[in-house]
Amino acid sequence: MIQDDKDKHIDEFSGIETTGHEWDGIKELNNPSPRWWVWLFIVTIVWAIGYWYVYPAWPTFSGDGFRGGTQGRINWTQYKQLEESQNEILSRRAENLEQFQKNSIEDVMKHPQLFAFAVAGGKSAFKENCAGCHGSGAAGARGYPNLNDDDWLWGGSIENIYLTIKYGIRTDNPKTRASTMPSFKGMQEEDLKQIAAYVMSLSKGWRYTAEGKTKYEQMCLFCHGQDGVGNPSLGAANISDSIWLHVEDSNPGIVSQIENPKHGVMPAWEGRLDDATIKQLAIYVHSLGGGE
Amino acid sequence: MFITLGIYYLAPWVRWDRGFNAPDQAILIDIPNSRAYFFFIEIWPQEVYYITGLLIIAAVGLFFVTSLFGRAWCGYICPQTVWTDLFVWVERIFQGDRQKRMKLDQSSLSFNKFWRKLATHLTWIFIGLITGGAWVFYYNDAPTLMSQILNFDVPWSVTGWIIALTGSTYLLAGFGREQVCNYMCPYARFQSAMFDEKSLIICYDESRGEPRSPFKKGTSWQGRGHCIDCKICVHVCPAGIDIRNGLQMECIACGMCIDACNNVMDKLSLPRGLVRYDTELNQKLLEKNREKKINIWRKRTIFYLSILLITSSIMFYGLNSRSPIELHVLHDRNPMFVQLKAHKIRNGYDIKILNKTHEDKVYALTVSGLERAEIKVLGAGNISPENLKVFADSVGHFRVFLTSYKQEHLRQNLTFYVEDVKTKIIQQKNSIFVSGKE
Ligand code: HEC
Ligand code: HEC
Repeated sequence: MIQDDKDKHIDEFSGIETTGHEWDGIKELNNPSPRWWVWLFIVTIVWAIGYWYVYPAWPTFSGDGFRGGTQGRINWTQYKQLEESQNEILSRRAENLEQFQKNSIEDVMKHPQLFAFAVAGGKSAFKENCAGCHGSGAAGARGYPNLNDDDWLWGGSIENIYLTIKYGIRTDNPKTRASTMPSFKGMQEEDLKQIAAYVMSLSKGWRYTAEGKTKYEQMCLFCHGQDGVGNPSLGAANISDSIWLHVEDSNPGIVSQIENPKHGVMPAWEGRLDDATIKQLAIYVHSLGGGE
Repeated sequence: MFITLGIYYLAPWVRWDRGFNAPDQAILIDIPNSRAYFFFIEIWPQEVYYITGLLIIAAVGLFFVTSLFGRAWCGYICPQTVWTDLFVWVERIFQGDRQKRMKLDQSSLSFNKFWRKLATHLTWIFIGLITGGAWVFYYNDAPTLMSQILNFDVPWSVTGWIIALTGSTYLLAGFGREQVCNYMCPYARFQSAMFDEKSLIICYDESRGEPRSPFKKGTSWQGRGHCIDCKICVHVCPAGIDIRNGLQMECIACGMCIDACNNVMDKLSLPRGLVRYDTELNQKLLEKNREKKINIWRKRTIFYLSILLITSSIMFYGLNSRSPIELHVLHDRNPMFVQLKAHKIRNGYDIKILNKTHEDKVYALTVSGLERAEIKVLGAGNISPENLKVFADSVGHFRVFLTSYKQEHLRQNLTFYVEDVKTKIIQQKNSIFVSGKE
């Protein structure tokens, strides 16, 4: 209800002018905002205009993906800021990466700063490229080896790890690591049992028969070595420990591996990752604790 | 006023020797290196709880003082009051007292008016500048920054702060004044909650002053009050209130009206204290002609005081028992443990050693609670559990492997110790050794 502007209404109780609005007998007093507040409000508006001028502010719905907008006097955008800080990081990294190109892995590992850089860089590269198979903590799974332990198929020296990563295992790469465990299908059931019992005895200390041991030495020793300690140059697993990759350390497990051997395939990273990254990965894997 | 100002301006120049690698400014908040220094105390960012403690002490201290003496903070120490007083003082120097100022304001623009106004504002801005200038000294090495400022070679952030503080000082103390207390300051609002009738406040002694009326020389004081209605108390009031109407929210207890009224009473050779610090209770007692009493020990004050004591003793204990070494141990979660070839089990830990001293240190790491444990520290160069180097005033980060056999408890509790090889100061931390899935 708007009343005539001319006659002012003064509230009897407070002596303050009312706006003339009235609801159920309650009148609205006319208390203007404090002056300083009004000025502050005006200042913010002025500030906003200045801001529009200096910074990008208004979207124009042009450009790629509607990213367009007014440019602003100083031509600043978040994209540019991002690019600048990325370049800064890249240039800082470039120095260290150069050191990787120049020096051998052994030298890098003796240098505390480069070592720390390699472990950090290797860790992030690992998460990106390797975690899918080996797990983010490199703890592996059935068929995918745990890289934390000290049981290596292909050797745990820094050089060997580097070569494994670079050329892969059972790939098309000409320098790939490769070996095949032959299938012994058609073997007598009794022999299978004896060999399996011998292999289990290696890790568990159970009893075995002399025939079992002899059969093992005839058929398996060439690759898996005396007492089953494995042979890194052939990628033949250590079968005398409690770390098992493809099958379980049990009669059915061992028998199945003898009859239908399983083999793992690990991609070669040469060509996919640059050499500096592969070096960092090797140092990281080596640093997980099992490195020799 | 000058004491408070003096402290503010001079504090950053106080030096405090902390040895070789450290800043020697007594009070310094070093943001780039994330350290705060306060005389013998040095706070790292993860120790902000000391600041919390400090703030609690400050707040409760304020409550305590308020419940005893009313708004003593507002009247005497609050920067807003101090700077306003300073600005008013400048104003008086250039434009004379209140009457002259009012006349000047009303007069039309003249050279006299112009230079007086200009001088006032320029001085205000100058004060603002050195206020902002002093502020930034708390965040930077004062002498270095001073020479930088004098050479106009100052980092952007510093310039920004100086400008912002100059502006705010100029506006708040020059124009805002008591409005800041009335509209902006939250403390002014909730202070009333800390008052009771035994708090000291500024009161006008109504029983003595009333009925008031202007006084003509030679007439008698009989049958009238001592207040001569000169309104000087109203004129000097920075908050613009009339204290004779009783305590009001705006009153900041600065006591200007007391001084002014006492002067008048002296001239009239009447006893001082028509306006004075007193408690509400005393006023009531006085009306009934009973004796005054000041009661300091009240539930309220005892409560505040005990909080104050508890907090400060916790702080004191904390600061005193603070070790120059801090140890953090994080047990690996992925993987929790690693099965090794020869039935051994390995656990990995991220260990951080904080060296809070100003010397490079060598620490030795040992572990107890785990039998047949081997400790290995990963890293390049000549590094071993007995030889962990941590630079002065920094954090050493180490990868540590513990190798042992399967334990009775799959989660075995154990304790790590680091010992400063030279001073033999030891710090410990509990952790676990996991040797199998539960
Ligand atoms: C030509 C070499 C060769 C011979 C001979 C050989 N192996 Fe293997 N064996 C391998 C290789 C290589 C692997 C690992 C395959 C992989 O990891 O991808 C392997 C894997 C295994 C595994 C699985 C280990 C695990 O951790 O899962 C068992 C068990 C095994 N061999 C048992 C035997 C037995 C028993 C014999 C003899 C009957 C035998 N091998 C003969 C090369 C050989
Ligand atoms: C597609 C799955 C897959 C990916 C991705 C993968 N690996 Fe592997 N990796 C394997 C398998 C399977 C083996 C075991 C091969 C075998 O059985 O001989 C293996 C073996 C290894 C070995 C040798 C272990 C030993 O005991 O000698 C290393 C080292 C290794 N991987 C590192 C890496 C790194 C580093 C990456 C990332 C750049 C990576 N792997 C990515 C599947 C993968």
